[in-house]
Amino acid sequence: MPAVTLVIIEHDRGAISPATFEALTAARSLGADIQALTIGAAADRLAAELAPYGVNIVHQVHDDVLSDYGPEAWGEVVAQAVRALSPTFVLAAGTDRGNEVMAQAAARLDLPFSANCIEFRDGDKFEMTRIRWGGSLLEDASLTADIKLVTVAHHAVEAAFADAHGPADAIELKVSLDASLGRSIVKGRVEREAGVTLSTSPIVVGGGRGVGSADGFASLEALANELGGVVGCSRAVTNNGWRSHTAQVGQTGTRIAPDVYFACGISGAIQHWVGAMASKNIIAINTDKDANMVTKAGYAVIGDLHQVVPAITEEIRRRRS
Amino acid sequence: MKILVCVKRVPAPGSKINVTPDGRGVDAANLGYTMSPHEECAVEAAAQLIEQHGGEATVLTLGAPEAVEQVRYGVSVGAQRAVLLATTDDDWDPQRTAQAIASAIDELESVDGTFDLILFGNESADSGGFQVGIRVAHALGRPMVNGAKGLSLGDRFANVEREADAGRETYSLPLPAVVGIKEGINLPRYPTMKGRLASKKVEISTMQASGEIGGLAKITLRQPPERKSETIVLGNGPEAASAVVDILEELGVL
Ligand SMILES: Cc1cc2nc3c(=O)[nH]c(=O)nc-3n(C[C@H](O)[C@H](O)[C@H](O)COP(=O)(O)OP(=O)(O)OC[C@H]3O[C@@H](n4cnc5c(N)ncnc54)[C@H](O)[C@@H]3O)c2cc1C
Repeated sequence: MPAVTLVIIEHDRGAISPATFEALTAARSLGADIQALTIGAAADRLAAELAPYGVNIVHQVHDDVLSDYGPEAWGEVVAQAVRALSPTFVLAAGTDRGNEVMAQAAARLDLPFSANCIEFRDGDKFEMTRIRWGGSLLEDASLTADIKLVTVAHHAVEAAFADAHGPADAIELKVSLDASLGRSIVKGRVEREAGVTLSTSPIVVGGGRGVGSADGFASLEALANELGGVVGCSRAVTNNGWRSHTAQVGQTGTRIAPDVYFACGISGAIQHWVGAMASKNIIAINTDKDANMVTKAGYAVIGDLHQVVPAITEEIRRRRS
Repeated sequence: MKILVCVKRVPAPGSKINVTPDGRGVDAANLGYTMSPHEECAVEAAAQLIEQHGGEATVLTLGAPEAVEQVRYGVSVGAQRAVLLATTDDDWDPQRTAQAIASAIDELESVDGTFDLILFGNESADSGGFQVGIRVAHALGRPMVNGAKGLSLGDRFANVEREADAGRETYSLPLPAVVGIKEGINLPRYPTMKGRLASKKVEISTMQASGEIGGLAKITLRQPPERKSETIVLGNGPEAASAVVDILEELGVL
């Protein structure tokens, strides 16, 4: 029997998460037969969507307990699927859910688990590179186990179809779930209002400790409004209570990838930088010409943000009128 | 109400995270240490729940003896008790860590009764393993949800909210339960004078951490390739505004 890589398909009521396509793409680098696992009836009929990524078989699991997402129920399904299918590798997306489900499965199978990998090397030992500190540091590590449980860091690989592929066969996989697993199933939801968010906005005007106060953000808001963008901030700002944490950019905040990021009064600590480094252009505004943010940015203005930011807004208005 | 918060001591690096010459750790000379931000929020969540419902919060850390600094900090911001699970070597992979914490919890609970709630950070800031809390919960047979951005207590339930792509999800976990906390759930308080005093006086219960080595082994740490960029300084002060707007026009965002 050829070695099998089982990929856990993360989905929200049938919609596959983008990071899962990256995990499927990374799965091909392992050279084994790629099979997928879908959990819950909402995820039936995904075979056609998965086949182009090189998936040969989709194992579909149904159970009354699986009315919605639940970390314990999903982890138990993965554990039972692993026992039934004996894959060599088990992959999922390195997302909140992907990491959570894999950790649940690992605990149940008493197996090691390596989260947020960006590369695999299968030789004498199975080795990988994984991210630490939200991507500020890399770790080369080895995983010693007959069955290797790993997640693939989001954005580490670009999702791509396989060069050649056949259809994917959907087959039902029987599991036996205890009703008690229902204790951690999603109970309710509040859908998000549609609109530009920090993670998707093409323009982000970020402020740091240099802004000085909650009121100091008024000029950043004016600039963001003028450009149709949103305001972001550093942890120094959220810690001071000047802005809510939903605006925080960085390792423990939001990853942004705008066309332009204005970093105003932000020193550019590594934990902030990892959240901002995917920005296409960075304009740093700082009194300190040696600040890390200034030396890392493509463009910089040296000066007091309280003067520079309003002047930019004014200049934009002047040219538009 | 009895709450346990598990925290980790991590370096607090600035502009760059330097690796020790042997590649085994973060070069923490000249750096301070802190607890992971998610865990600071976990301690705050525990302190708030104790204020609302009464009871007692314990802060536990597994780490080198110096990690008492972090459990003392926990006491200075609202916890009442402090436990150090002392380690004597550095090879604490996630399985081994979880095993040691789970058996320490067993021991603590056999003396003082069950913790209604055990809190972890969503993931540790330094190693980002995303699993110790979940493994501990499984070992104890308790429900667990990670990534909590909201936590309240109902009658024998912990109500958890977390963010997903589509919006907020809610969970209702029967107690005793385990919850992983994410930064943003609250704004952690700063230590008060009284808190500082309590943290100096608190008796640290020290236990020896023990667990079997697991299957994930660190080989070496290294820097990611650096993105080199030449910074174009557009000018000094407000006079630079016109050059900035030129760039915005060039980039096509106006
Ligand atoms: C585990 C961990 C996770 C973390 N996660 C995050 C995270 O997700 N996001 C995050 O942001 N941080 C995070 N941090 C904190 C991070 O290390 C820094 O402390 C924080 O980013 C600093 O914020 P700052 O740049 O606003 O403040 P500072 O470092 O104090 O910098 C302020 C800057 O403003 C400049 N300035 C001052 N006045 C003016 C003025 N009038 N005009 C122009 N410039 C001015 C100064 O020159 C300086 O460069 C984390 C830390 C740890 C340990």
